[in-house]
Amino acid sequence: MPLTDSLRDDILASVPSLRAFAISLSGNGDRADDLVQETLLRALANIDSFQPGSNLPAWLFTILRNLFRSDYRKRRREVEDADGSYAKTLKTQPAQGAHLEFEEFRAALDKLPQDQREALILVGASGFSYEDAAAICGCAVGTIKSRVNRARSKLSALLYVDGADDFGPDETVRAVIGGSGG
Amino acid sequence: MKEAKKQGGLNPEIQSRIGHQLRAMYDDVVRQGVPDRFVELIRKLDVPSPDTQIANTGDETTNKDGRS
Repeated sequence: MPLTDSLRDDILASVPSLRAFAISLSGNGDRADDLVQETLLRALANIDSFQPGSNLPAWLFTILRNLFRSDYRKRRREVEDADGSYAKTLKTQPAQGAHLEFEEFRAALDKLPQDQREALILVGASGFSYEDAAAICGCAVGTIKSRVNRARSKLSALLYVDGADDFGPDETVRAVIGGSGG
Repeated sequence: MKEAKKQGGLNPEIQSRIGHQLRAMYDDVVRQGVPDRFVELIRKLDVPSPDTQIANTGDETTNKDGRS
């Protein structure tokens, strides 16, 4: 479809979540923004292939995910992001203990295989349905479900090995979430 | 044995904790909104092609088109 004003607004409205997805995937703010920029350019260049009425965020996420994966293959040999650099890309940093837990979480997320990480982020953070996530990743819905489950199991093993029964109050998580208010 | 059990049914408390952390991390970026560079990028690329420009201004200056 042609690039109408409302379509342009919708694309812009998707930018915050595209950035969040890109940062979650790459763990690097600068690289993430380059990825988003390339995604937007690619999307606008191919806007004619976007079907009106179809899921615009899913379409954009698909482009970004494919760009990231081809880029990742190229960079595979480069040194992976050092611990903690992700947190530095954030404007609001969680304080103290929460910050530590946050970095631990980030580090654990980075240990997941890429397939599992992207599936978990798409379903667990971006809020896509399993069906949309499957379309974005170009795989079956069942594959996405099992990747998400494996991602959760692995994160839980990495972060909460002994913690299953002795959780204290959820202070750190609340602190990280901050003012989101529910 | 414990591992196998975990695969089947993850402790719901842990699941929700992972979910919270994941969303906290993600939403922190979402709340940053749209950086200017992307607003400008979309605006720049949105410069209408000559055809659409004529169509857009056609209303006001209908008879301008005919002349040269």
